[in-house]
Amino acid sequence: MAKKLPKVDVVIVGVGWGGGIIASELTKQGLTVVGLERGKERKTEDYFMVHDELRYALRYEMMQDLSKETITFRSRMNVRALPMRSYGSFLLGTGLGGSGVHWNGQTFRFLPYDFEIRSKTIERYGAKKIPEGMTIQDWGITYDQLEPYFDKFEKMAGIAGEENPLGGKRSSPYPIPPMRTTPSMKMFADAAKKKNLHPYILPSANLSQAYTNPDGVARAACQYCGFCERFGCEYGAKADPVVTVIPVAKKTGKFEIRTHSHVRRILHTGNKATGVLYTDVTTGEEFEQPADIVVMTSYVFNNTRILLMSKLGKPYDPATGKGVIGKNYAYQVMRGGAVGFFDDKEFNNYAGAGSLGMCLDDYNGDNFDHADLKFIHGANIAVTQTGFRPIGTNKVPPGTPSWGKDFKAASIKYTNRFISVGAQGASMPFRQHFLDLDPTYKDAFGDPLIRITYDFVDQDRELAAFCADKCAEIVKEMGANEKLEINRKLGPYDITPYQSTHNTGGVIMGASPDTSAVNNYLQMWDAENVFVVGASAFAHNSGYNPTGTMGALSYRAAEGILKYRKSAGGMLV
Amino acid sequence: MADSNNVKEQPVSRRNFLKNSGLVLGSLVVGGVAGSLLRKPEPPAQPAAPPPAADYNQALMFFTPEQFKVVDAACERIYPEDELGPGAKALGAAYFIDHQLAGDWGFNAREYMQAPFFPGEITQGYQGRLKRREIFEIGLQEMNNHSNSTHGKRFYELPPEQQDAVLKAFETDEVKLTTISASTFFNMLRASTIEGVYADPLYGGNKNMDGWKMKNFPGNQMAYTQLIDKPEFVKMAPLSLRDHQH
Repeated sequence: MAKKLPKVDVVIVGVGWGGGIIASELTKQGLTVVGLERGKERKTEDYFMVHDELRYALRYEMMQDLSKETITFRSRMNVRALPMRSYGSFLLGTGLGGSGVHWNGQTFRFLPYDFEIRSKTIERYGAKKIPEGMTIQDWGITYDQLEPYFDKFEKMAGIAGEENPLGGKRSSPYPIPPMRTTPSMKMFADAAKKKNLHPYILPSANLSQAYTNPDGVARAACQYCGFCERFGCEYGAKADPVVTVIPVAKKTGKFEIRTHSHVRRILHTGNKATGVLYTDVTTGEEFEQPADIVVMTSYVFNNTRILLMSKLGKPYDPATGKGVIGKNYAYQVMRGGAVGFFDDKEFNNYAGAGSLGMCLDDYNGDNFDHADLKFIHGANIAVTQTGFRPIGTNKVPPGTPSWGKDFKAASIKYTNRFISVGAQGASMPFRQHFLDLDPTYKDAFGDPLIRITYDFVDQDRELAAFCADKCAEIVKEMGANEKLEINRKLGPYDITPYQSTHNTGGVIMGASPDTSAVNNYLQMWDAENVFVVGASAFAHNSGYNPTGTMGALSYRAAEGILKYRKSAGGMLV
Repeated sequence: MADSNNVKEQPVSRRNFLKNSGLVLGSLVVGGVAGSLLRKPEPPAQPAAPPPAADYNQALMFFTPEQFKVVDAACERIYPEDELGPGAKALGAAYFIDHQLAGDWGFNAREYMQAPFFPGEITQGYQGRLKRREIFEIGLQEMNNHSNSTHGKRFYELPPEQQDAVLKAFETDEVKLTTISASTFFNMLRASTIEGVYADPLYGGNKNMDGWKMKNFPGNQMAYTQLIDKPEFVKMAPLSLRDHQH
């Protein structure tokens, strides 16, 4: 049935950050690589008309077409999962570069604590600190082991930043100086310092100056145009796979990208993959692409879904806690912030960049004492200036009606007179939160959709309330008027309002095949020639944007694949 | 309302931007837009043209004239004309909504509309079979029905205070509809009014960029490097996507 193609060294499923990094590293070493991408080709010329809030931010121009494929969601196992019929909570990318094109560029390193979260929690607070059902585990790698890969990712992407005073040790400074400091960033830093906190400029993949990376890719500086999140960058100033790693791979002549190629199964004989099966979505033809090594690089959901559909690895069973594919799905707590209104100041809120901001980690990870708190971990607290856009931003002081004359007046008045201090809260895994295949709903090919079972828990509510109070203190210190909007209360997890496209877990890494799906090279315990790359490997989600850590793990995986190739098989760990 | 004479900074033209940005064109540069611009001469900047005599874009693609009157009146109550400037009516928000409903958005073309349909928990989002254009048709009819039964007139014939009361009754689900919830329709109407007021004028609303001018939003500018770290607020005349077209 399926047409069998000539064998290649490596096939990559999805060409975003993960796929692009793997492709560039492997082709530089002479391997032949085919990248299968279900979406279309992309280039910077596509963004000539990108300053269009309606088309990109509200009609989701760059996102996966949900009519063909979506996810289903339920809060707990005794509820019927239903499809996410329209976008809300998170935005799934598609096309060349994947979600790496529509991101903001906020590029953090997770904390040393994150990689050994279970050991460090027990060491400091005792085993009783970990509540029943919270399935935190060490990642099978330490921050120090991962540090060289963080460094490599930052130099490739051109990260602009200043050292986090409370972060892990760095082997070298950021390759370029931080972004410029806006008045609101300065106010945040001043207020934080008064409270003996440790503010620093947010690490940014929006270039603060023209930059040529170690691969010889030269890019222009960010123009602070205010159209990053949900948009592509017309300057190529925001690092994305299409302007960094993909051209490097292509230049070797060893990388072939096939767009409109939707991978549906990993083919395998026993525990060894033989290639993948995909459909050309423009013709409906099926192809078999044989390969020595299969690399899954298709975001959390499809990494998990394709493994489950291919019957590769042991599916997670929430009843017994056994099995690993689908385990430890985590998200983030974006509630817990405060908005300040300033009657006597006006800010150029329309200007900005996706990762322009000032932040602090005094309340992140285990940087503060949790002995008397009913949660572990925390949040990065930040003020960002990503560029307000007029449809999406209509901040009004509490008590203002949501329409009519008073709404109009207040929304116009405060458009350039508000500052939001927000917390990006970590999300801990729980036994009852997982991914599996939906029994009812199908995609356009008749394959089952991935099903999310997830809800916020008490830990998340405590964290949100704690962070909201901290954010409110800072925004008051910044001089906001009395009418603060303080977002303390976290309701049930709701799929409808946008929160964060930082979904993690499902194919997690660890030190043992009993508790994890992949080792610290992201090599599958149950299939030695399959590597599963992405934030799917995160055993929990930190209080940060995931791309920096995901990029570091991708470089680590690339190294593992080369080692595997050299040693002609076997487990790397 | 924003005074376009109060312009402190001129927007950066593409040509000047490229001259000044120190853009490095290395062997592997992938600056597609920049690259194509270098090859294309920039047309001279257009002075602000006088408003055209007729706007041929203002014609109905979807609504009946009766439906349009209801929408137009409702949008104006959501975003009324006042001393700050024009309201939704003058900005063309109802035409914007009409044009949107005629296209992909009205047909939910990029959304998952496959069966089976089950009522779900509120946190699971919209689970109905109806498309947006059908929701609008039902909602507008029900607004007239409710106006007739409570005030004896169609919605757009009511004085503003009574129109507000009708909208409030929809917003709070005081009105019970059989096929959809009244608040679902109201929220859609409110959100699309805001879109019509502030989306790029290419979509038929935000006429003359007057929505942006009230909000001091500069629209589609090339760069804000010149002001990003400055303490003072900078007003400038907005640019639309049309300014990037030729």
